[in-house]
Amino acid sequence: MANRAELTLDPLRLVARSSLRSLDHVGRFSFLVVDLLRGLAEWRIWVSRTLEQAVAVGYGSLFIVLLVAGFAGAVTSLQTGYQFTGTLPLYYAGAVISESMILELGPVLTALILAGRIGARYAAELGTMRVTEQIDALESLGRSPVSHLLLPRVLAGLLVVPALTMFANATGIVVGYMVAKGSLGLTYGDFEYGARYFFRPLDLWYSLVKSYCFAAAVTLIPCYIGFNTQQGAEGVGRATTTAVVSASVAILLLDALTTRLLLVAK
Amino acid sequence: MIELINVSKRFVDNVVLDGVSLQVQEGETVALLGPSGVGKSVTLKTINGLLRPDTGDVIVDGLHVQRLKRKELAELRSKIGYVFQYGALFDSMTVAENIRLGITDETCYDDAQYCVNRVQECLRLVNLALDVTDKYPAELSGGMKKRVGIARAIAGKPKYLLYDEPTSGLDPVNADVIDGLIERLRDELGVTSVVVSHDVRGSFRVADRVALLWQAKIRAVGPPDQILASKDPAVQQFLERDLEMTLIQAESQEGREARGRNV
Ligand SMILES: Nc1ncnc2c1ncn2[C@@H]1O[C@H](COP(=O)(O)OP(=O)(O)O)[C@@H](O)[C@H]1O
Ligand SMILES: [Mg+2]
Repeated sequence: MANRAELTLDPLRLVARSSLRSLDHVGRFSFLVVDLLRGLAEWRIWVSRTLEQAVAVGYGSLFIVLLVAGFAGAVTSLQTGYQFTGTLPLYYAGAVISESMILELGPVLTALILAGRIGARYAAELGTMRVTEQIDALESLGRSPVSHLLLPRVLAGLLVVPALTMFANATGIVVGYMVAKGSLGLTYGDFEYGARYFFRPLDLWYSLVKSYCFAAAVTLIPCYIGFNTQQGAEGVGRATTTAVVSASVAILLLDALTTRLLLVAK
Repeated sequence: MIELINVSKRFVDNVVLDGVSLQVQEGETVALLGPSGVGKSVTLKTINGLLRPDTGDVIVDGLHVQRLKRKELAELRSKIGYVFQYGALFDSMTVAENIRLGITDETCYDDAQYCVNRVQECLRLVNLALDVTDKYPAELSGGMKKRVGIARAIAGKPKYLLYDEPTSGLDPVNADVIDGLIERLRDELGVTSVVVSHDVRGSFRVADRVALLWQAKIRAVGPPDQILASKDPAVQQFLERDLEMTLIQAESQEGREARGRNV
């Protein structure tokens, strides 16, 4: 009968329960972040492991990130041509392509791809280690899972995501220019003029800041979810999908937030 | 000394331990028996702080496990070897790296030559060939994984050892090797151990005292012969059922040997 009580759709109870649960997550997530900051002191443990992780996730993701960035640049270029031809001077295309790559498409698309690649990987790895008691085993040896497992993964993400974002920006712009040259007959001079005309050095910083925020989402959320996995293989599967979905949603929210704070508020 | 005082633990509404008290003296080996699912692993995990009891105290080496700060707990844990029921080997590392992580003393851990030697020594102790060092856990059989898990637990020369079913899933020869190892660690190094098992025969051989965990409580505790002579129906029931199992196993073993002879 206790089950019956739990199933009632008492809205107040549902709201109370789910807000308690999210408060619980917020609390435990914050503790994890504090633990990570504390773990920084144990650099002897995480430095080498961070490099291993960075190589593993970085190389593996390079191709797909550049591929997507190239296509994004090409489509932006074609669309700009379609919308603006005849109404605006051609060099505007240079500005639109480079600015939309740097400000939005480069950071966001890279982060979304990596939410799938890095996020799923981290959640599945840590989830498996949790359900097979490897995390308990590490703790039983007096070793900290935070500095052995979590910190290397988070730091690797903070290294790799911004770097890949910059590669993505560059690739998108180059491909965008080549497509514009082919389809619109845009000369390099015009393209460069347009790109420079609207470009502020701050834009690159902005792109970098954005990608760091995304990197935090792509690494911290899956690490948290994977680390707290429960209940066997099914739990690992659930943790992995939840991690990818949550990280992606967080990226979109952060995208709106950073844009509002860094670009609009000026 | 390991001391559990009135420890209770529940998961939601599943009461696993209800006022469990147990003392393991320095240098003593206590076997913790009980049917599967009764909470033997949970008991072991409260001893090294992997699980927190809801009420009650756990005192190891004179320290209240639940009250320790992170650093102190890590230090205590480095003195407690834990053999996991399913091995719990780090599957992204080779056997050698797994065992090396068991070397908890940092200066020893950084000494590469010491580590190589210690890894080989531990492999020999658990009767594994040295050519497994560069293999990954996925390439090992279940029994080999178990023994690597034991090697990892003893690599740091712990003062306490908690074995979670160290011989289940092992062939009789290797089960004997592990039982012998448990005895030797006690006799030669004075290691204090808790051996969780549902294998009555093996644990009666290695244990100074036996405790039976039954329906969330310690039902009986005492030297093996005293437990064997117990009139308590629960104890008798448990022992009988297990002796039946042993008979069945012995028969199939004989059958296998007979077949072996025919070949
Ligand atoms: N982390 C956990 N969460 C919920 N229930 C658990 C957990 N660990 C163990 N249990 C429950 O505790 C009981 C005892 O488990 P365990 O100690 O593993 O038994 P065993 O005596 O076979 O080692 C089981 O009913 C199990 O379902
Ligand atoms: Mg168990």
